[in-house]
Parts: sequence; C-alpha cells; structure tokens
Amino acid sequence: MGSLTLRGISKSFGATEVLRDIDLEVHDGGFTVFVGPSGCGKSTLLRIVAGLEEPSAGDVLIEGERVNDRAPADREIAMVFQSYALYPHLTVRDNMALGLRQARTPKATIEARVAEAARMLSLEPLLGRRPAELSGGQRQRVAIGRAVVRTPKLFLFDEPLSNLDAALRVNTRVEIARLRRELRATMIYVTHDQTEAMTLADQIVVLNAGRIEQIGAPMELYRDPANIFVAGFIGSPRMNFLDGARLGLQAATLGIRPEHLRLDRVAGEFEGRVSHVEHLGGETNIFVQAGAHGLLTARRFDEESFALDERVWLTPDPARRLLFDAEGRRLR
Amino acid sequence: MARRGRLRAFGAHAALLTYTAIALFPVFVIVINAFKSRKAIFGAPLAPPTPETFDLAGFRAVLTQGDFVLYFQNSLIVTLVSLALVLLFGAMSAFALSEYRFRGNTLLGLYLALGIMIPIRLGTVAILELMVATHLVDTRTALILVYTAQGLPLSIFILAEFMRQISDDLKNAGRIDGLSEYAIFFRLVLPLTRPAMATVAVFTMIPIWNDLWFPLILAPSEATKTVTLGAQVFIGQFVTNWNAVLAALSLAILPVLILYLIFSRQLIRGITSGAVK
Repeated sequence: MGSLTLRGISKSFGATEVLRDIDLEVHDGGFTVFVGPSGCGKSTLLRIVAGLEEPSAGDVLIEGERVNDRAPADREIAMVFQSYALYPHLTVRDNMALGLRQARTPKATIEARVAEAARMLSLEPLLGRRPAELSGGQRQRVAIGRAVVRTPKLFLFDEPLSNLDAALRVNTRVEIARLRRELRATMIYVTHDQTEAMTLADQIVVLNAGRIEQIGAPMELYRDPANIFVAGFIGSPRMNFLDGARLGLQAATLGIRPEHLRLDRVAGEFEGRVSHVEHLGGETNIFVQAGAHGLLTARRFDEESFALDERVWLTPDPARRLLFDAEGRRLR
Repeated sequence: MARRGRLRAFGAHAALLTYTAIALFPVFVIVINAFKSRKAIFGAPLAPPTPETFDLAGFRAVLTQGDFVLYFQNSLIVTLVSLALVLLFGAMSAFALSEYRFRGNTLLGLYLALGIMIPIRLGTVAILELMVATHLVDTRTALILVYTAQGLPLSIFILAEFMRQISDDLKNAGRIDGLSEYAIFFRLVLPLTRPAMATVAVFTMIPIWNDLWFPLILAPSEATKTVTLGAQVFIGQFVTNWNAVLAALSLAILPVLILYLIFSRQLIRGITSGAVK
C-alpha cells in the first residue's frame, strides 16, 4: 500500500542530538520494527514519520513523495499509541469514525468501514460504549480499529503492547500479525521488546543512541550481527561476551550465545562452577561462574539438572562463535 | 483497626463540622436578622425570629426603594460575562502555554501569573483614568473588562498546570485524525479540563459578585449599580436601615449559591478516567 524512505534524518532538541543521519527504506507491504533501548530515538523517529515532530534535517518520503511539509492528517498514515489515546467522551463507533468525518468521507462509506474494522477486531458488541467502559485489551483493539478505518498507506505503532499484561500481549501480537496479512499494509512498529521485534518483523532496524546499528531480517540479525551492540541486544538470554586475549585470540571479544555454549560434566575448553539454574520447562538456563571469564550463561533444551556449585566444563561452538574488534565491530 | 478508623473518621468530621459552623455563622446571623424587626435585631442579635419579632420590613424596603431587580440583573450580567471571558481566554492562553514550545514560554507564563500576587486595586487610579478617556465610566463594560483582567492570572495558572497533565498522545491522535488546533482545544482538551474549569469558575465568580470597590468607582450610576452597591443606599452617615441591608444581603446570596451548585456538579471527575491508561 505504501513505501517509506528516510533520507539523512537528524533531530536535535536544543543542544542534545537524538537522531543522527538516519537512512532507511521500507518496502511496500513490509513490516518494519524499530527496536532499541529506551532513549535511543526510536519513538522520535516514528513521530517524525507521522509528522508530529519536525526533523532538523533530512527528508521523509511516502511512496516517493516528499511529505516534510504536510500535516499529519495529510500524510495518509494512521498511528496507534502506547496509551491508546482514545477520545474519552466519544463512543467506540465515534472514536473510529472521527478521522473519516473530519476528512468529509460520505456517511455510507464511514459506516461500512467502521463495520468492517469492528468485524475484523471483534468490536461489534462494544460499538456503543465509551473508552472508560472497556478493558485495556479492548481499548487497544479500538485504537487499532481507529487506525484501520483510515485505510492509510502506513500504519505506525508506538509501543502498542507495553501497557498490556503478558497474556494479552501475546494475543494482541498475534492479532496484529493476522491483521497485517489481511490488510497487506505497510507497518512500522516501535518497541523495546526484542521478542515483539523478532516475531512480527520482516525487517528490524536496531537503533542505539540516535543511530542505526543494523538493518536486517530477524534471523539475519540473530545469526549475523554487525557489532557487539546488536549481538547483545537481539537474543534472550543475552549473548556471552568473553575477553579474546584470555582465550589467546587475535580478536578483542568473543561472543557466544547461551544456546551455542556447550555444557559438559567431563571435558571442555574451560571450567567453572554452577552458580544458578533456571528451569523454564522446555529449556534450562544455567549460570556458570567461569573464573577469569566471568559469569556465563549456557542454555540447554533437555531436562538435565545441575546442582549448585557443581563443577562443569564449557565449550563455545566454534561454528557459531562471533569475533569483535576493540571498537565492537564484527570481525569476519 | 476498625475502631481506630471510626475514631479517625469521627475526628475528621468533628473538625469539618466545627469549621462549617464557624464559616456559616455570619451568614446565619445575616439571614435570621433579615426576618426580624429593627428592635429585635439590636435587642437579641443571635436569637432566631419568633412570631413576635418576625418582620418583613427589610424586604419591603428592598423591593420599594431602589430598583433591586435591575441591580440583580447588573450583577448577574457582569459576573456571568466576566466569568465566560475569564474561562475562555484563560483556557486558551493556558493551552498555548502548556502545549507549544516557543521562545519565552516560561517567562510569559510567569508574567501572566504576576497578577495573582499584585492586587488589581493598586491600579485603580490608572484604570479610572483609562475608563474616563475611553468613555466607559458608568457602563457594565468597564466592570466586565476589569474583572476579566482580575480573574485571568489565577485561571491561566491553574488551567495551564492542569492542561500539562493531559496526555500528548491524545492530542497527537487528534492531529492525525485531522482535527485543527482549535478543534483539539475545544473538542478534546476543554471537555477534559472541566473539573479545573469549575474550580476556576468558583474562585473567579465570588470576588466579582461580592465586589464593592469597582462598582463604586467605575459604575456608580443608578442604571449600572450592582447588588452590593445597591445595598449601600440603606447605609447612611447617621441612620442605617439594618433591616433592608440584611434583607438585600440575604437575597444576594441566592444567585451565587445557585451558580456554585451548578459548577460544583461539574467537579465530578469521572469523565477523564479511562481516556488514556
């Protein structure tokens, strides 16, 4: 439905620079997730796309057209906010219809679109209610419905799931993925939760301190991170980082994911003592104090149990280890 | 635990009741004495009216001497129009101060709040000169302008503080839905600030209604007299018709009481809950 191009976007608030020289291409129908720690500028970037914030430099192009000078309402976008931001004094139906009425859409079209969105999100029984009479999950569905009826070129989601509890978050995540297939819409989604990023995106943009660290498909970022930041940010539990010099390597740092760190009772590359064990059912995380290498995490997908303080051996899978130089760049 | 809670509730109620009694006592004295004969007012000022002392002489005087219907009308017009202007302009400037980033924002806010600390009466002479120069003396417009100026600082201060708490997301959602800044102000922000508006309305209304100073100086003519000024005709240098003064004051309580009841209903906050998480 719509593509997005960002060219050299920078943004400063006074002397503080929050975004620096952002270039990005989002393809028609793509699902792009901006992910990064809090304060990395991902929400500001989304607000610049929406037109709620003006970039200090650079261009925003929607379907190849420069929209810098267009008001948010004229950009053919829709946005779903973290706090839902429903109009408290309007019913669910009017909440969804307001934008269309404002654009002087014919009444019949408004009704048809609201009905269609309500069906898609199972909001039919709630149409006459006000936001105060809805639960958190229902409110978020209304907020999504309000975006859907606008049939925008771009859907923007600003951390839409962070106010929901864990179970509802999983449900809504699935809902958004289904919606996306049904609407075949271009979506941009901001989150600090890497699980959401991995499960929803076909393109992840990892931001840190106002800059893009890497852009790629979820599994690409997981398998082939460009630097230490991305390696550490994507994947849970976090990747282990070992001092390269201590292992006799040329590289400054060796990174190895917990699932690629083999744990053995008999032999291995270096030894340590079990300091904590987390049983998650299908998998077990074992924290090992490995002397000079520090506290390392190993992940096993069996039900083998280890005792606290038990002596174990660790071996990084040589095929999956990642090497980084002193600046944190990946050595290939 | 429950006993301590009850004890605490009792203590709180005792304190509140004491305060209520103290606050209402002068009003009570005015109202009971309005219904008594002159002799009874001086003989036993605290006694309620009895069949022997009951007398409506004061109310008769109020209705026959001076045009009190007109005075009430003047007071109501001046109070309501000033109130409307204070709320409208106060809310608009509060919105600008809380919503937009511009150079000198904080300074402008402080400047506008200065009026809370400096009483407008200090400027009486200059205001009178201004009104004379603009031929506004003895008009209700003069009073309305002065009272609007008097009420704005506090209303801007309270409303700006309140509007800062309204979620940015809500306003941004409105912008994406194509609402103009005016529509965002009138249709999203104003309904949410209703409790604060009611507070401001009450705080603004009462000093205006009760004011004697500016009506006396700016609009003392018969046609523009307000109730408080009208009641003064019964206070003479040598003789004061206390029955009439008390009756006029008792009547003057009623309109402002009705307005208060209307605004206090708006103080119910319910509507904002659930708007945003």
